[in-house]
Amino acid sequence: AMNYSAKDEVDGGPAGPPGGAAKTRRPDNTAFKQQRLPAWQPILTAGTVLPTFFIIGLIFIPIGIGIFVTSNNIREIEIDYTGTEPSSPCNKCLSPNVTSCACTINFTLKQSFEGNVFMYYGLSNFYQNHRRYVKSRDDSQLNGDPSALLNPSKECEPYRRNEDRPIAPCGAIANSMFNDTLELYLVANESDPKPIPIPLKKKGIAWWTDKNVKFRNPPGKESLEEKFKDTIKPVNWHKAVYELDPEDESNNGFINEDFIVWMRTAALPTFRKLYRLIERRDDLHPTLPAGQYFLNITYNYPVHSFDGRKRMILSTISWMGGKNPFLGIAYITIGSISFLLGVVLLVINHKYRNSSNTADITI
Amino acid sequence: MTCSLDFSWLRWKWRTQDGFSQSPSETTPLLSPETDRQSHNTAEQRVVYPNNSMCHQDWKKVCRRYPGNSICTTKYTLLTFLPQNLFEQFHRWANLYFLFLVILNWMPSMEVFHREITIFPLATVLLIIMVKDGIEDFKRYCFDREMNSASIQIYERKEQRYMLKRWQDVRVGDFVQMQCNEIVPADILLLFSSDPSGVCHLETANLDGETNLKQRRVVKGFSQPEVQFQPEHFHSTIVCEKPNNHLSKFKGYMEHPDQTRTGFGSESLLLRGCTIRNTEVAAGIVIYAGHETKAMLNNSGPRYKRSKIERRINTDIFFCIGLLFLMCLIGAVGHSLWNGTFKEHPPFDVPDADGNFLSLALGGFYMFLTMIILLQVLIPISLYVSIELVKLGQVFLLHNDLDLYDEETDLSIQCRALNITEDLGQIQYIFSDKTGTLTENKMVFRRCTIVGSEYCHQENAKRLEMPKELDSDGEEWTQYQCLSFPPRWAQGSTTMRSQGGAQPLRRCHSARVPIQSHCRQRSVGRWETSQPPVAFSSSIEKDVTPDKNLLSKVRDAALWLETSDTRPAKPSHSTTASIADFFLALTICNSVMVSTTTEPRKRVTTPPANKALGTSLEKIQQLFQRLKLLSLSQSFSSTAPSDTDLGESLGPNLPTIDSDEKDDTSVCSGDCSTDGGYRSSTWEQGDILGSESGTSLEEGLEAPTLSQDEPELCYEAESPDEAALVHAARAYSFTLVSRTPEQVTVRLPQGICLTFDLLFTLGFDSVRKRMSVVVRHPLTDEIIVYTKGADSVIMDLLEDPACESNIDVEKKLKRIRARTQKHLDLYARDGLRTLCIAKKVVDEEDFQRWASFRREAEASLDNREELLMETAQHLENHLTLLGATGIEDRLQEGVPDTIAALREAGIQLWVLTGDKQETAVNIAYSCKLLDQTDTVYSINTENQETCESILNCTLEDIKRFHEPQQPARKLCGHRIPPKMPSVNSGAMAPEIGLVIDGKTLNAIFQGKLENKFLELTQYCRSVLCCRSTPLQKSMIVKLVRDKLSVMTLSIGDGANDVSMIQAADIGIGISGQEGMQAVMSSDFAIARFSHLKKLLLVHGHWCYSRLARMVVYYFYKNVCYVNLLFWYQFFCGFSGSTMIDYWQMIFFNLFFTSLPPIIFGVLDKDVSAETLLALPELYKSGQNSECYNLPTFWVSMADAFYQSLICFFIPYLTYRGSDIDVFTFGTPINTISLTTILLHQAMEMKTWTVLHGLVLLGSFLMYFVVSLIYNATCVTCNSPTNPYWVMERQLSDPTFYLICLLTPVVALLPRYFLLSLQGTYGKSLISKAQKIDKLPIDKRNLEIQNWRSKQRPAPASASASASAPATGTVHTRPPCHPVPPEAQQNFGASTSKSSGPPRQKHVEDRVLQDPRCSREHSRDDTCTVDTLAKLSSGECLLDPNRTVAPTAYSRGQKDVSRHSSKGSHRRSQSSLTI
Repeated sequence: AMNYSAKDEVDGGPAGPPGGAAKTRRPDNTAFKQQRLPAWQPILTAGTVLPTFFIIGLIFIPIGIGIFVTSNNIREIEIDYTGTEPSSPCNKCLSPNVTSCACTINFTLKQSFEGNVFMYYGLSNFYQNHRRYVKSRDDSQLNGDPSALLNPSKECEPYRRNEDRPIAPCGAIANSMFNDTLELYLVANESDPKPIPIPLKKKGIAWWTDKNVKFRNPPGKESLEEKFKDTIKPVNWHKAVYELDPEDESNNGFINEDFIVWMRTAALPTFRKLYRLIERRDDLHPTLPAGQYFLNITYNYPVHSFDGRKRMILSTISWMGGKNPFLGIAYITIGSISFLLGVVLLVINHKYRNSSNTADITI
Repeated sequence: MTCSLDFSWLRWKWRTQDGFSQSPSETTPLLSPETDRQSHNTAEQRVVYPNNSMCHQDWKKVCRRYPGNSICTTKYTLLTFLPQNLFEQFHRWANLYFLFLVILNWMPSMEVFHREITIFPLATVLLIIMVKDGIEDFKRYCFDREMNSASIQIYERKEQRYMLKRWQDVRVGDFVQMQCNEIVPADILLLFSSDPSGVCHLETANLDGETNLKQRRVVKGFSQPEVQFQPEHFHSTIVCEKPNNHLSKFKGYMEHPDQTRTGFGSESLLLRGCTIRNTEVAAGIVIYAGHETKAMLNNSGPRYKRSKIERRINTDIFFCIGLLFLMCLIGAVGHSLWNGTFKEHPPFDVPDADGNFLSLALGGFYMFLTMIILLQVLIPISLYVSIELVKLGQVFLLHNDLDLYDEETDLSIQCRALNITEDLGQIQYIFSDKTGTLTENKMVFRRCTIVGSEYCHQENAKRLEMPKELDSDGEEWTQYQCLSFPPRWAQGSTTMRSQGGAQPLRRCHSARVPIQSHCRQRSVGRWETSQPPVAFSSSIEKDVTPDKNLLSKVRDAALWLETSDTRPAKPSHSTTASIADFFLALTICNSVMVSTTTEPRKRVTTPPANKALGTSLEKIQQLFQRLKLLSLSQSFSSTAPSDTDLGESLGPNLPTIDSDEKDDTSVCSGDCSTDGGYRSSTWEQGDILGSESGTSLEEGLEAPTLSQDEPELCYEAESPDEAALVHAARAYSFTLVSRTPEQVTVRLPQGICLTFDLLFTLGFDSVRKRMSVVVRHPLTDEIIVYTKGADSVIMDLLEDPACESNIDVEKKLKRIRARTQKHLDLYARDGLRTLCIAKKVVDEEDFQRWASFRREAEASLDNREELLMETAQHLENHLTLLGATGIEDRLQEGVPDTIAALREAGIQLWVLTGDKQETAVNIAYSCKLLDQTDTVYSINTENQETCESILNCTLEDIKRFHEPQQPARKLCGHRIPPKMPSVNSGAMAPEIGLVIDGKTLNAIFQGKLENKFLELTQYCRSVLCCRSTPLQKSMIVKLVRDKLSVMTLSIGDGANDVSMIQAADIGIGISGQEGMQAVMSSDFAIARFSHLKKLLLVHGHWCYSRLARMVVYYFYKNVCYVNLLFWYQFFCGFSGSTMIDYWQMIFFNLFFTSLPPIIFGVLDKDVSAETLLALPELYKSGQNSECYNLPTFWVSMADAFYQSLICFFIPYLTYRGSDIDVFTFGTPINTISLTTILLHQAMEMKTWTVLHGLVLLGSFLMYFVVSLIYNATCVTCNSPTNPYWVMERQLSDPTFYLICLLTPVVALLPRYFLLSLQGTYGKSLISKAQKIDKLPIDKRNLEIQNWRSKQRPAPASASASASAPATGTVHTRPPCHPVPPEAQQNFGASTSKSSGPPRQKHVEDRVLQDPRCSREHSRDDTCTVDTLAKLSSGECLLDPNRTVAPTAYSRGQKDVSRHSSKGSHRRSQSSLTI
């Protein structure tokens, strides 16, 4: 039978219906089969692409200026409190003997910060995006899955179990959670040395979906402590997960927002993470008026092992997020380049047109 | 790949099963009865016992060893499908590579992705292929089942009768009975046929595509039609060959109970798959069943060839592997260095499960492997799948091209090799067969010479000149006939004509054909719509207009017969007798079958009622006896025309009349003048005779009146030449009426039917190059051998005139011979195919002796072929030359145009033909392969040294002309770039053609002169190889392909082209008239040569540029995307981390960016078809691999690097230092790279259709939709990391949009700018053509004209000079090159191959006048034409087309040659000894 099928192939295509005796194998005369579909054939020449370059230039430069201006209006201040320099007040905390150490750094805001102010902590040279680090977590456990709580995923190894009890939350990410405490005080005036503490809002710093969907405490009516009773805290932690925020039940356990923010691993080795919100009080007073401030730090988190730096960042935001000078500059640059190329093409086009008048092909 | 695998595997499986030995080693003498019955060596022979009660025990014993008839062509069973298919798929190294990566990923320390995820792409690819294979296999299974359950009549031993059973129940040794139109279920030895003569007719279209009927004969001794065959009475044992795949070779013998043997051959074997036709019932015994049938063993599936692009891809993949290696190395080293910067382990450096840390070196090594996994996409797994899909699409479009569809045969192009479509766009060399490829292979009788007189058939020539459409346009012809013929004639011919046209043949297809009804039906449709029902019988072939002189002579014979009493015997009557003999030979000496139109191909096997022979029989007898007497006794001297006569006879308008026959002619001259035009071949001779000599021939007229209502006869010939000759004879009223194996009936001009007993037919074979029939003349009772064959052979077999006692006869014979030879040479020069006709009378005694030898030879099992050959040689000698015929094989439509276009496209065209040199050269001129202004070198030598020196001389000669313009070439030695010859500037240097013959080729191949030869051919515009064997053809193709490393294409139509077709990169078969062998072995099958133009110039270009650009794009795409991950490694401590979710990464390649390139690869058109056809030069872009070569690859790589840098670093700079998390950072990168990649694709597209737009937009939207859904639903599904709500969050962030707007612009800006510059200033042909394409139609045509005239000033002037041949083209001859004495001596030798003694002197003179100068510009054959033209100034022998003044040809010539001591030039050689 192979020969017949081979013959079929020779004849081309499947056999026609048995009834269609008069059927020919003439191909259909359709636009698609004859490759005559109506088509647009753009040819890129100096003349045709000219407008594109000018349009790009015309669009990009204003956008760039807009972004640049917006970005420049954002107030931002960074305070490095790593304390590697001997002059730094936090230098004392570097010695390994100190268990709990507090230091205070003074700084001045030259301009007042308006609107909501975001308080970040920044780490550098911390590779939160390391492959094995990123994976060292159990999303099911964090999502409140009771079975995963007691039996964390293998990905958490070697931070999976401690003393034969499952670690909650397991994994290297949780284990290495940032645990410095930062407090901000405004020195009201030179005469009155009593500083005014700035109210820092703990909640609202994590993504809504993380807090409400992705991260959940284990189900049940019992108290958090009860829920986590079969688990043990991560090795590096000083307190258990249910003690992260004892004051607020809705910010405790896995749904503690500091914890959630930490668990969203940063993409780049130098990163900042939202620490607190400083909410705008009213329209009359700036959120952070210009003046003397000091930052109280409970220095817990060691960074010297990886030459890291620790920073505190205060920043206002605009419609496009935080301070970002690059984008504006990039837009302006590209817009200019594009405009310039447009001019070059204009010249080329002009020249070519002249020369092609003599040639036979004119487009 | 898989396809080819399984087919070869399948064949291998079946071959190994039966050991596949074909040579029976039994060495017993012929038909010796001594052999013991049991001693049959079943290991080397097959023994078949009949399955009847008598031999049942034996049958049972033996039959178990033979497989049954059920077939199983499936590769897999349900159980083995999965493992076997997987096993086969992993033969592909790419799959293995990915499997390796999957396994690697399972190792915990290197796990980059989820273990399951890495399998996904591989599994998808495997699954797609698996589904495809499964469907194919299931189709095969269904087909097998259908075949196996088809029903057939099998003899049932117990019931003692035939029962209807299924095919699969057929066993070896079974008796099977088949009705008309049934398909033969197995290979069956024919034992019974209802046909009285024991013949069974077969149609083998299923096997080889030939539609003519074949005869199979009942084994000798079983042909008793009146007795119904009784299986019970069959007691013989059958011994035959083991199963093999030779369709036409089969031998064996039957051992009867009385120990005698009967031999049989393939003429008694019914092959599985054939259809029984025209035979009511046939029965036989099954010899081979199932997979052992010849048809099954012959199956070869589609072929797998690797295209040039694929080879290119493979090298580039190695580059990619190198790149991958480098990147992985960077990763590994970087990781170690990075790890080394830490004094202690930082918190983000996670130890393994046991809390241990890896050492730096080991960590680096693991990182290397990890990076391979991470960057694996650099080796594009989807590329292979995409290429296959694209090629499927391209093949689909190819199949559907209307321009490649041939109405006449209802065939469009067939792509048998699915994976080399793009090679069509890169062809540099075409090797073409001549017959049937360049020409129509529709043989038309053109002219003939009988006993030395030439009949040039001018009317016939005029008819052939007529445009093709007129051939079929009956109405116009009728009008024309009405004007030029007497009413009665016209009426007669038109009625006949309309009869033929209105009754297209229908084959009867009984409803009993259970299987393949659709196939049959389809072919029925084919018959009805287009083709003539019988092969080689188009009107152009059938309708031969008789030459009026010859016609008058034929009539004269009849006239003379009547009036012989009153007129004295005239010498011319010996010619008359010869003419009669000549036409009898044409009619009888062939294997043409006769059928009629009325019945479903009812064959005319019984001669018409013999009442025709009444009174006139005696007279005929008298006539023949008298003729015989005359032919023996008449001296020729008085009738032989002198040389001047001959000259006259070649004159333009003078009819060819022997001087003393003129009065005869004048008798009927009035009549002759009226029939100057067209005359249908279907005219009945009653008309003719009635119109001129009605009174004298009344008796004779009565007989054929029955022919008026007799249906039209159809001739089914195996070769077109035969049909042409029979039709020609019919035009002269020698009509072949019927043919049976024993008898042939011919109707003579007198209207009388003569029935010849057919004693033997020695069929045509390519070794003997002739065929003969032995007949017994019904009237004279003589035994006559009629032989026809190639002139070279026949001329050697003629009786030696010197042996003749009578000096006059001797002279006469010599003269006939010389003149015939001269005519033959003229025919050849005219491009006609020549055949010589000869006869011999054998006396009874000799014949009987010979016949017994012959029978013995036929029955022998062993060296049967040799014996048959030997016996044939014993008979075919001492022949008497009757005459020769010239058959024209017209050029196919559009051949010169196609060749010109292909040449303009930079393709070198070589013609490799088995034909004679003269014929080939002339066809070459007429199809514009050679131009009149070309310098043609022809090399004919056998000697290696001579060959070498000639090659050297020629080379030097050519170089002197061409070297100064191209000094750089010397650097390359003899490997000159192929396009070199076309580059040669200067209209001064003429193009060069090379003609070479098979013997010279042999010398070249044996003398290791290939390099010289190739160097020489580099300079030549066209090369013509004549007289080459199939093996030589393929050797040349291989030589050119390998040594010059160029892309080659072979095109041919016959079995002799198969090896050449298979040797080339692309084999194209022409599905013409010579069966399907070429098609079966080809990669593409087209219906006509002219389709090649669009196939190559348009589809080839498109397929190439589409696929090439798609492949480049694919590489770009993967590199661009993978590099994003690579850049990220610099910011994640070379840890192998990714910022894009794995699934999205996989989807990216699999779904989001896969469809646009495929659509692009199938549909994009860079230049429109019209422009491509109008400007063949555009094809050169494909030849030079402009779309995809190393530079383009690296440019696109560089672009990919740049774009990936932009796509990574703009987001990086934007988000640097922010609180961005890993996937939130990856999402914009993924999005912008998608945008960039799609926009890049958009820029690559030259043609935008709705489809393109939709697919691009669809891909873009799909990305968002899928990402949004995935990001919204996957909360913990992708643990431990998941991109929950990332996309949604990004879409609400203005920065995301700002990045997405900026980055693609920056990434594509350089490319866009450069493309526009290229578009403005680009000098490439393609970009120019694109501009032309944009113009409105009239302007476009103008531009194209401008372009063509600008590009090719030289050809234009050449054609101008050709039109004024007498003046401008005589080139100044350079001083002659030094010639080695030996070669020099031979120079003059072949200048004239043909002239008789009188010409020789002239040739010599010529040579003497210009003895040292060999470089001239001329046709190869100028000398003879020149000299002849001087003498005759005639054009009678020249095609009217070429009535160029003789000077046009006589521009001298160079003909380097050597005496060939054998073969066709032997006779001329004798006349040229110096």
